[in-house]
This record gives sequence, structure tokens and C-alpha cells, in this order.
Amino acid sequence: MLYREAGQFKASYEADQQIFPILQDRVGVLLLIGFFALAVPLFADQYWLKAILIPVLIFSLAAIGLNILTGYAGQLSLGSAAFMAVGAFGAYNFMLRIDGMPFLVAILLGGLCAAAVGVLFGLPSLRIKGFYLAVATLAAQFFIVWALVKIEWFSNYSSSGVITAQEIEILGFAFDGPVSKYLLTLFVVVVMALLAKNMVRSTTGRMWMAVRDMDVAAEVIGIRLMRTKLTAFAVSSFYCGVAGALYAYTYIGTVEPEGFNLDLSFKILFMIIIGGVGSIMGSFLGAAFIVLLPIALDVTVPVLLGDLVSASFVSNLQLIVFGGLIVFFLIVEPHGLARLWQIGKEKLRLWPFPH
Amino acid sequence: MAREIGDVVLKMEGISLSFGGVKALTNISFDVREHEIRSIIGPNGAGKSSMLNVINGVYHPQEGQVTFRGEVRRDMEPHKAAKQGIARTFQNIALFKGMSVLDNIMTGRNLKMTCNLFQHALHWGAARKEEIEHRRKVEEVIDFLEIQSIRKTPVGRLPYGLQKRVELGRALAAEPSLLLLDEPMAGMNVEEKQDMCRFILDVNDQFGTTIVLIEHDMGVVMDISDRVVVLDYGKKIGDGEPDEVKNNPDVISAYLGTSH
Repeated sequence: MLYREAGQFKASYEADQQIFPILQDRVGVLLLIGFFALAVPLFADQYWLKAILIPVLIFSLAAIGLNILTGYAGQLSLGSAAFMAVGAFGAYNFMLRIDGMPFLVAILLGGLCAAAVGVLFGLPSLRIKGFYLAVATLAAQFFIVWALVKIEWFSNYSSSGVITAQEIEILGFAFDGPVSKYLLTLFVVVVMALLAKNMVRSTTGRMWMAVRDMDVAAEVIGIRLMRTKLTAFAVSSFYCGVAGALYAYTYIGTVEPEGFNLDLSFKILFMIIIGGVGSIMGSFLGAAFIVLLPIALDVTVPVLLGDLVSASFVSNLQLIVFGGLIVFFLIVEPHGLARLWQIGKEKLRLWPFPH
Repeated sequence: MAREIGDVVLKMEGISLSFGGVKALTNISFDVREHEIRSIIGPNGAGKSSMLNVINGVYHPQEGQVTFRGEVRRDMEPHKAAKQGIARTFQNIALFKGMSVLDNIMTGRNLKMTCNLFQHALHWGAARKEEIEHRRKVEEVIDFLEIQSIRKTPVGRLPYGLQKRVELGRALAAEPSLLLLDEPMAGMNVEEKQDMCRFILDVNDQFGTTIVLIEHDMGVVMDISDRVVVLDYGKKIGDGEPDEVKNNPDVISAYLGTSH
């Protein structure tokens, strides 16, 4: 009953092309941001902030990055974690080597390094598609991690490439506690998510989707495939790079190249499959789902089954549930949680009179 | 009809195209004049679609040259053809399935939009103004094609006839001076064909667009075309006004068929 569009008439194209055209969506998003920016820091404890909310936000950003490339531009990639690593090590080196480097500028520069590397590894996409491209990005995944370990300059000659993120300070204020780190992460992620939403709803996004859906037709109406694909690689890697920098600075603190392995790339891919391919909101849903599911299983299974199962069974159960869910989503709802949410919204608009 | 047929805008000279040992087109020459509706007909596999693909740069012929508005070339990239004002539709619908009707037609205007990625990301000022300005143009196309009620529908959900219409809309959104239509009426029922004919004639009449048309429905072709080219096995066997072509014995035996 509450979710009604009736009576919300659009009198201009401007009104029809807002980022959230429905009033309830606008209010909802504002409430959500307000809740996470104001209420959560007041009430959430350290564990929630450090182990759940910050990683969910960071993975959401990485998932948005991959979604831009795979979901919108249709280029399958298995190198997201490597681009995160480039962002993390890039930001680290800018902080280390340039005195008085502002933190926000450093993570943006880290993102730009990732974008440059992304464009380089995106070049094969001009010739190959689908699985073959995925294998080419797999090369990026292994090569970058190897290079970060092998070339010791990147980690300032520490053993096995481990880096420890410097303290974050912005305008004299030290971001050292979980609350301030959480708020910083939230700010960066919300701003970048809104920018991504703007990109995908304008010509840039339409060109990506055109290339994804039918590349010959896209070229015939004047879209340049090379430029469009490489832009997608650049933007996607930029998002992954910033996510990687945040991962090092606001989440883990001490990272090594091996932490950005293929497993992490797959995890991000699962996030967009479960959350929704080609949806910014789906990236958030997928990231939250993948981070929360193991925790939820850890908490609920021992309670439900008691002493019947061992701890190792619970951790195996996670893998089983993950595998099952991915197969389920691929078969039943390839557009993921975001699509389920949309169907729910459409039902609500008609409820309680469906005819 | 008020429109006047002008000078030659597109001239194909000695076009030959082969794929390995298969000769798709052999030494074909014809021209298209400003504002006319020029049809290409022929049996299946005659090379009609290949001809369109040569015109807008999807295929690169081994021999011959294409002159479009005074510019001579043999081959080019499709996006450059689009920049010169050549738009087209496809035989098998080539819409962007995951996007709405509105977005599909909006992509047709991509060449006219000048804002860059960063402006799009901020969606403020120029980018916003541009988006609204082009939306207005797209709405004109939507009005013209009478598809207002489905503008927000994903194209994958539309029936075939409407998808064909949306594809025409996407081509029209680019405001082309030369429009290539590859079997725009294939698989349609009589009413849909009548609608499509009306749109094609209106485009030609109101916007003065030159049209090159491939179609199998002889009734339609003979009714709306100014001149017709007939291809068979990659060779040109007839060229001229509809009545001329209809009575050409080669054309009759190759394509139209004789009554025995």
C-alpha cells in the first residue's frame, strides 16, 4: 500500500530522468544512507563495524567495479582481485614516497594505476570474447600478484611483499578507530556508487550495454568498440583499485599480494552473480550476502543441530551452500537478488489488487 | 508526391566480394539518387544483405569502389559510415535486448552527444541538459512511430512487429541521410506490413531520407520503390523502374517465376 506510484505524474523529461524517479525510492535511499551514517556508528559495536560493515562496503565497491565490466559492458573478467592489489600497492607507494600526500588523493591515484593496468589487460578484449577473454584476465590475476612479490620496490623491500598501511589522516583528523574508518569507507563508497549509477544511466552506460547486447549493431550506429570496451576496463579497474586501497587502509591494515588471489576474484564474481549482473544495487546485495552468509551459518547451524555436527562440518557446509546457491541463481534467476527485489517492487505496486 | 528526386548520392562501381571461394557479389554497379526509395530484390543467397554490408562498411569488397556524397572509398569502418549519415536496420532484429525501448532509441543518438565520461558520472550541467535535449528528439521519433505506450518496456518482451519498429526508430534517431532497411517487413502480417510501409513512405516524404530497401514482398516493392535492382547469384540481372523490372524476362525466370 505504501509503495504506490499513482499520482506521481512526470510533467517534464527532467523529472522523468531523475536518478530515482519514484518518490518512495528517493526517501528510502536517503533514509538508508542516514541510517548507516548516523545511527549505525552510534549503536554498532566494534565487531560489527570491523568484521561486517566495512568489508561489506569495500566488497560492494569492488563488485560495482566488476559489474561495470561484466554486467554492463559484457566483458567477463577474473582479474578483479589483481586490480584491487594494484590499487592497494599504488596507494601505499604514493603515501610512502610523496611527503604530505593527502589520503583521499592517494587512493584515487591508486585507482588510476589500477585503471591503467586494467586498460593494458583489456587490450585482448578487442580480439577475443567470453571464456577466452576470462582466461586472458586470468593471466592478469597471476602476473600482477607475481610481479608485486617479485619486484620488491613495490612493497618497499619488505619480505614476501607484505605492506603495512600508514595511518590515515585527513585535514589533521586521525582516522584510527573503527567508527571513523567506517564513516570514511561509507563516504567513499556512497559517492562512488552514485557516480557509477550516473554513468550507467547516461550515454556511457548505454554504449556499454549496446556493446554487451549486440556488438555489430553497436558499431553500425557509430559506437567505437575499442574505445567503449577500454573505457569499461578503465572504469571497472579504477573502482576495483579504490576498493583495494580501502581494503588495505580501512579494513585489513597489513596486506600481502597473495591476499589478492584468484579466490578473491571468484568471490567478487559470485557477489555479482548472486546480487545481480548489471545492477548497482545488486552489487551491494551480493556483497552483503556473501559476507554475511558464512557468519550466519556459523551462528545458526550449531544452535539448530547442536552437538550433532563438528566445526569442520560447518565450514564445509559453507562451501556446499555457496555452490548450491550459485547453481540455483544461475538456473532460476540469472539476474540475482536485484531482480527478485524488482519483482517484489512490481508486485507491491499492484498489491492488493493484482488485476 | 511532393518530394523531388535529386542527384546521385551513392554510387557503387564494380563491386566484387568473396569469402574464400564463395563469390557473394560479382562486378556489381548501381547508383542511388537523393530522396529516392531504391529496392534490392533477388532470391535467397543472391547477395542482397552483403550489398548493404558493403555500403555501410561491415564487409570490405575485394574490388570496386563506393562513392558516397563525393567521397570515394572501397572499405571503411562501420562507425565512420554512421558518422557520414548512413543508418540501417538488420534482417534478424539486432536490438539491444537488455535495454528499454527508450534506451535503445537513445543509443541511436550517441554520435550527436558530446559529453564525456566524467560529465556523465556527475550528471550535472551540460550532461544533464544534453540528455534532456536528446530525450526530446527521441520522443519525436517515438511519436512518429506511435510507440509511446511501450517506451519503458524492455525490448525483449515486445512482439516481433514492434521490435522491428523500434529498430527503425533507433536508425531514425540518428537522423540519417541514407537509410538501409534489410527486410523490414519479413515475418509480418498484412496490417503490420501496411503500418511499416506507411512509416517508410513518411520517412522518405517528411524527412527527405534516401532509402535503400531489401524486401521479398513483391507487392510492396513494386508499389513503393522508385527504382529496383535485381540480383541473382551475386550478379546484377536487372535494374530500372518497377514496371521495367517486372517485365524483364531474366528477372521473371530467376525470381518472379512464370506460369506454366
